[in-house]
Amino acid sequence: MSLQLWQSIPFAMILLPLGSAALTSVLPKRAARLWCAGVLALETLLSAFFFSKMLSFGQMYTYSMGHYPAPWGNELRAGPLEALVSLCFAVILLLSVLGGFRKLEMHVEGSKQNLYCALLMLLTCAMQAQLYTNDAFTAYVFVEILTLAAAGLITARSDGKGLLAGARYMVMNLVGSALFLLAVILLYDLTGHLLMSPMKKAVLALHETERYHAPMTMVIVLLVTGLSVKSALFPFHTWVPDAYGASTPITSAVLSSLLSKSYIFLLMKMMYRAIGMEVIAAARVDDILLLYGILGMIVGSVQAIAQKDLRRMIAWSSVAQIGYIYMGMGLGNEAGMAAALVQLLSHSAAKSMLFLAADGVADARGSSLLQRLRGAGYSTPVFGVVFTVGALSLVGAPLLGGFAAKACFALAAAERDGWRMLLVFAALAVSTLLNAVYFIGAVIQLYSKPDVAEGAKARTGVLSAVSVCALALVNLCLGVFASPLVQAIQSGLTLFG
Amino acid sequence: MRRTERNERFHRWLSEGDTRLDTMLAEEYDDLTTLKHVYESDAAAAEETSRAEAEEKAREAASAPLYTAAQAHAEYDVPQRSRALYLLTALLLCAGMIAVLVFISSQLPSFGKSENPANNEVVERYVEKGMEETGPVNIVAGMILDYRAFDTLGESNVLFTAVCAVLLLLKLASSGNAPRPAAAPAETEEDLILQRITRALLPFILIFGCYVILNGHLSPGGGFSGGAVMGAGLILYYNAFGAAAAERFFTIRTFRVVSVSALSFYAVSKAYSFFTGANHLPSFITAGVPGRIFSAGLIPYLNIAVGLVVMCTMYGLFTLFRKGDI
Repeated sequence: MSLQLWQSIPFAMILLPLGSAALTSVLPKRAARLWCAGVLALETLLSAFFFSKMLSFGQMYTYSMGHYPAPWGNELRAGPLEALVSLCFAVILLLSVLGGFRKLEMHVEGSKQNLYCALLMLLTCAMQAQLYTNDAFTAYVFVEILTLAAAGLITARSDGKGLLAGARYMVMNLVGSALFLLAVILLYDLTGHLLMSPMKKAVLALHETERYHAPMTMVIVLLVTGLSVKSALFPFHTWVPDAYGASTPITSAVLSSLLSKSYIFLLMKMMYRAIGMEVIAAARVDDILLLYGILGMIVGSVQAIAQKDLRRMIAWSSVAQIGYIYMGMGLGNEAGMAAALVQLLSHSAAKSMLFLAADGVADARGSSLLQRLRGAGYSTPVFGVVFTVGALSLVGAPLLGGFAAKACFALAAAERDGWRMLLVFAALAVSTLLNAVYFIGAVIQLYSKPDVAEGAKARTGVLSAVSVCALALVNLCLGVFASPLVQAIQSGLTLFG
Repeated sequence: MRRTERNERFHRWLSEGDTRLDTMLAEEYDDLTTLKHVYESDAAAAEETSRAEAEEKAREAASAPLYTAAQAHAEYDVPQRSRALYLLTALLLCAGMIAVLVFISSQLPSFGKSENPANNEVVERYVEKGMEETGPVNIVAGMILDYRAFDTLGESNVLFTAVCAVLLLLKLASSGNAPRPAAAPAETEEDLILQRITRALLPFILIFGCYVILNGHLSPGGGFSGGAVMGAGLILYYNAFGAAAAERFFTIRTFRVVSVSALSFYAVSKAYSFFTGANHLPSFITAGVPGRIFSAGLIPYLNIAVGLVVMCTMYGLFTLFRKGDI
């Protein structure tokens, strides 16, 4: 079957930022930033076009990276689900980067901004490669790029906090990478394949004959542990508050909303395509994910309530929101997985917006401590409103992305019987309440009567204002067009395996 | 002056444990902040001394060691007992993990058996047809640079990512009025033995590195190993003759030109071959006659590109840690 030209778009979306990375690292800072923004805009256009084509095409196809077919060469594999996630990632990445450029100037020294842009390009390339790759080892290579690039982005803010955050991030994430690598090595040893689709055939054969049962269980454990360390599931979340709370806004927005999600997407892909859901279910991993997901939801929210700093509060709320995603994955049915994906997208859109808006609000007062932010919503109307939208979305107000996700979780849980359903319902109720306590508390603080005489209105960069508004629009779209979104995700999931 | 004082403190910290230095640094940090507040309150004094203060601040920022900056934010008061508990738990967890992994490895297919799952059609084709299809006598080169070239493309960018991240972290400020710390490159002492031996060895090391890279498709070796040999040779030269001598032929400019052009060549040539491969288009790259030096399609050139990237990365990382610049 010969391919159409548009089917080369995933390939272009990986190679374009990869080629730009080396180039950006030697450009002067202004040109580097322009180039970076240009490439991200192009990626967004390409992925939008690709998604529209994919909707009418409605199938999976493989794209071999080189002259050798399936089990011998590397290949990409694209379907409607990948196209959708890729589009969301590209849009959010573009808007977060545009929204944070103003602060980059302050946080990162001029002669190093080109390096920052180069790392952003590498991150873009690695995220897209991870979405589309059909090969477990290629996924590992790009996990490495993601890890190193993110460490660079965190430490880019050259003060003590950034360094400490970077060191913590690095230690935890290298452990995660190592566990994932071990899982891939063991899988290769047991199946003789690195490409996911043939790997799954071999795994299913082993599963039926019960051969190598213990190593296969270990593979699943290592895989899930490794990737949940990297995506900050509850007991492994300790690096999150520093890494998201102390870095420059682009870094916090991109890392919290996209980087952790791309590991989760990789985990889903490995579950569906390399191991098979029946093997996963037989190993009873889903119950463990459910449990830790729910614990994360509660612990993250309780910690967020205790924070005095707005940015750290949002960082802790990430821990809770990641918990939701794992809860959905742990429900063990297709609807749960779809709900997890809805949450993945809606949280990406909301979290990047919250970080950017929180930074804008904090600028108005010169501090991100909650007590200093009293009435700050009046001095920066745009950021105040956008922050409110993001907070409402995560609490689960109707018409916004977060509501759709929570509704999906409830519906998915209703399909399961017994203690799982009750547990999920209870967790959803409690955690929504806790979310409301800190998010609505912060919003109220922003719009209370200021107790200090208000100075001149803080200057809002036009670019960042426009991009946070666009992000708010994305959130609204995710909420309003929830049912086609869920349909697209469900039909994508059936092709995903 | 400043530098020696700090070194002395660092040595004291090494020998006497961390609490003393940490409290000292914390106090110093507090002093600095209170000092700043005092100046800020007094507008006249601030105006008078603003220039001197800005200069001082800039110098402080440029030369503040990363360790100090990071330490100022670390928590100091971890109770002794909970630290012991932490260590014990970590130790137990590690021991448990090791035990489980050892058990698992005893359950794996035993090494080298012909009926192992890893001996399947994939390996068969690599071994039997690798030379014919991709061209190199060293079929490992064919596997990593042709069958699985996408992985290797990513892998060489992992190195580039590492360099970018380290540059971002360690490169000293070159803009603004912050003066560079004067004695930054801790210059090596003249070591006659090292210099003579380096002078004798270096040509051979570099030639061997070139051989490993250029012959990578004909014999064991290739870009990664050859580049590491050449990088090690350059590091040896730097250690023997110092920064000034090394900068005669390897500056940040060299580094940039070489690594950017190597990576771009790699990305562009592989993009061409991926694109033609996926769309089943004819490609002008052919395997050639196995065994010739100009054979195996793109592989020798990719080896050169990878070798250059690896060499630059090794040498660049070394000099960055050594003097904060390339």
